[in-house]
Amino acid sequence: MERILDILRRNGEGGEPYYQSFRYATSDETETVATALIVLNADPDLRDTSGQPAQPIAWECSCLQKKCGACAMVIDGLPRLACDVKLSDCKDTIQLEPLKKFPVVADLIVDRTVMQDNLRELRLWMEDQAVMVDKGMDVAYESSRCLQCGCCLEVCPNYCVEGSFTGMASAVPFSRLLAELPASRQKEAARLYTRRFFEGCGKSLACRNICPAGIDVDHLLVNSNAVAVWKRFRKR
Amino acid sequence: MGRVNVVGAGLAGLSAAIHLAKAGVPCNLISALPSERAQSVLAEGGINAALDTMGEHDTPAEHFADTMKGGGNLADPNAVTGLTEHAPEIVRWMFSLGTPFQMEHETLILRNFGGQKKKRTAYSKSSTGKVLMTALIDEARRYEADGLIHRYSHHLVEDLKTEGDGNDTRCVGLVLRDSYSGHLFAFKGLVILCSGGMNGIFPGLTTGTIPNTGNITALAFRNGVELGNLEFIQYHPTTVGIPGKRMLISEAARGEGGRLFILRDGKPWYFMEELYPELGNLMPRDVVSREMFFVSRRDDCEGQVYLDLTGLPTATWEKKLSDMREEILHYLSVDPVTTPVPVSPGIHFFMGGILVDENHRSSLPGLYAAGECACQYHGANRLGGNSMLGALYGGKVAAEQAALLSGQSAFADSSPVDLGPATSDWTASRTVSSIQTERLKEILWNGLGIAREEGMLRRAVQSVDDLLAQNLREWEWSRALLGKAMLVCALQRQESRGAHYRSDYPDRDDPRFQKTTVAVCRDGEIITAFRPIPERRDDRGTNP
Repeated sequence: MERILDILRRNGEGGEPYYQSFRYATSDETETVATALIVLNADPDLRDTSGQPAQPIAWECSCLQKKCGACAMVIDGLPRLACDVKLSDCKDTIQLEPLKKFPVVADLIVDRTVMQDNLRELRLWMEDQAVMVDKGMDVAYESSRCLQCGCCLEVCPNYCVEGSFTGMASAVPFSRLLAELPASRQKEAARLYTRRFFEGCGKSLACRNICPAGIDVDHLLVNSNAVAVWKRFRKR
Repeated sequence: MGRVNVVGAGLAGLSAAIHLAKAGVPCNLISALPSERAQSVLAEGGINAALDTMGEHDTPAEHFADTMKGGGNLADPNAVTGLTEHAPEIVRWMFSLGTPFQMEHETLILRNFGGQKKKRTAYSKSSTGKVLMTALIDEARRYEADGLIHRYSHHLVEDLKTEGDGNDTRCVGLVLRDSYSGHLFAFKGLVILCSGGMNGIFPGLTTGTIPNTGNITALAFRNGVELGNLEFIQYHPTTVGIPGKRMLISEAARGEGGRLFILRDGKPWYFMEELYPELGNLMPRDVVSREMFFVSRRDDCEGQVYLDLTGLPTATWEKKLSDMREEILHYLSVDPVTTPVPVSPGIHFFMGGILVDENHRSSLPGLYAAGECACQYHGANRLGGNSMLGALYGGKVAAEQAALLSGQSAFADSSPVDLGPATSDWTASRTVSSIQTERLKEILWNGLGIAREEGMLRRAVQSVDDLLAQNLREWEWSRALLGKAMLVCALQRQESRGAHYRSDYPDRDDPRFQKTTVAVCRDGEIITAFRPIPERRDDRGTNP
């Protein structure tokens, strides 16, 4: 099995973007795009399809099993995790591009710091105040699984780095807060949720099926909206 | 007040940073990638604490006894006393931060885990590490907003700074490289290393993450920091190969009723249940892995070992293991509900590492270590459920110790200093080629498997010596030296204990070897010694 990886590259922030193609051959059908990138980069004499010497491909990866979100990139037009996409599910040529909603650092690496900044601005923390009951557990669990990979922001028509709308990548963590905070802090949290998420969301639901962790965003939104927008605070 | 430098933003690093902040001590939280990418998010099964919510009359003393016994009585008993007595407090703290542990009727549910007769492991399906990390990341964010935790994600440790000579040498800071800008920065202050296990010395053969390169441990070693118990490498019984790594199937699978078998004379033989009737499939990991190794070499057995989960109730899959099922389906195209999963042991945890005392101080004053990079708590073999506990508690202890010294004038001004772009020579010396990485892995793999013996270890040492004699770059040399230290420690421990099994010395030898193996680098040479384990003080805790 051979694939061509057509990669949108850029040497640092100011560099001009360009596509460079690499040939990757393997007999293992279970390999992923991440495997291909690792093997290509391990070649001390890396060359592109035209035989020209090439620098190693800059990308981030950590767990290789869909649990850390490091390797999010645009694969054949959709934001995916490189360790999630099997080569056997791809066409002969696979196009890899960096996430476009974030500043490019180099090649496939983007700076997603803004996601952390947003969560800090939203005051997303507990302060030893969680009120845990069996009923809220599924929301807290589902919400806790967010990888902060940025795939949901990539497909969102309303999200941009400079805007005040923080997108599903903050709404998901927020649902844990809204489910577990004591009533004294829920009102403030509800106000921030409404202003920075609910009012900016165009309800396109583009993010619904893109989450690599398979988080049930509908379920979380229903719960968060009930608290924050419809003021159904849970009785303690 | 000077900032403490915490290296690593997984469970141990976050715990250290948060406990520093709680004490009002500012810190730099330094990591190659953000916390969400840390190896801690992969931890699955749970966290141990004698919370005794299951009506079994569990106590910290029993947790202590199981941890010591499971670790071949090689751990520091005073440190383990602290760990096990504080475990309930650690889990309650995580609960108060909103960790969605499994609950029923407002009660925390505990599960069975290997090497422990009582239910002691709090969990959240098989994503416990992930949900603990989310809760801690949120908590750290509060102190980030308060200006007490300063995050330096995408920063790599490239050097340790020391002052003084001989016995007066102390650690005074770090040199970091911003992997985005390429600039070097000098960070002054105390250092707490929470940089994870040495997975990168065995790339592709472990269940860990790629950024845990082992380079920081190698750097500490070449700077004269003592390492301990390097020969103890945990092979987790139930791993499967996926592209680029070993994927773990959590011990929770066996805790919930999973059974191991191999085909003997054409029929499934549930060998662990026959060989160890009391704990069966839940024997400590070293025992299970070794038995898997042995049965797969028997003439009357064929093929590999399988993990049989087909008898688990539907409710267990739905409530406790749904994420595990999804993962196995995705990467192996096998549905564990209906089909046994072929498994084999894979490297999962390094009990050895930077040797620390019960206060998490390394041999180099000013340098602390916690989490998997440290040698503490687990002795010769770690019990499932104790790693996340050790990371959280160890980070807390290290932070409390560092907080005591952080007010010293030597560390008063610790604003990072921009040293400009790394030179090409600097970068080249810290580059590790894939060829050298593969060569070292191959040598160590041949010496440090599940069953070891003198001949294979000597041949591996010779091979590393040949490697070291080549024209290696600085960091390649450091990594090879660390690898050699692992082999030498394994060679010198002429007994079998915990994860270290010597086919030529199959018995445990307490008089000679119930000691900590210490390795230190002096002028490029490795010096090893066996050091007595601290006596258990009677002023702490209840007797086991």
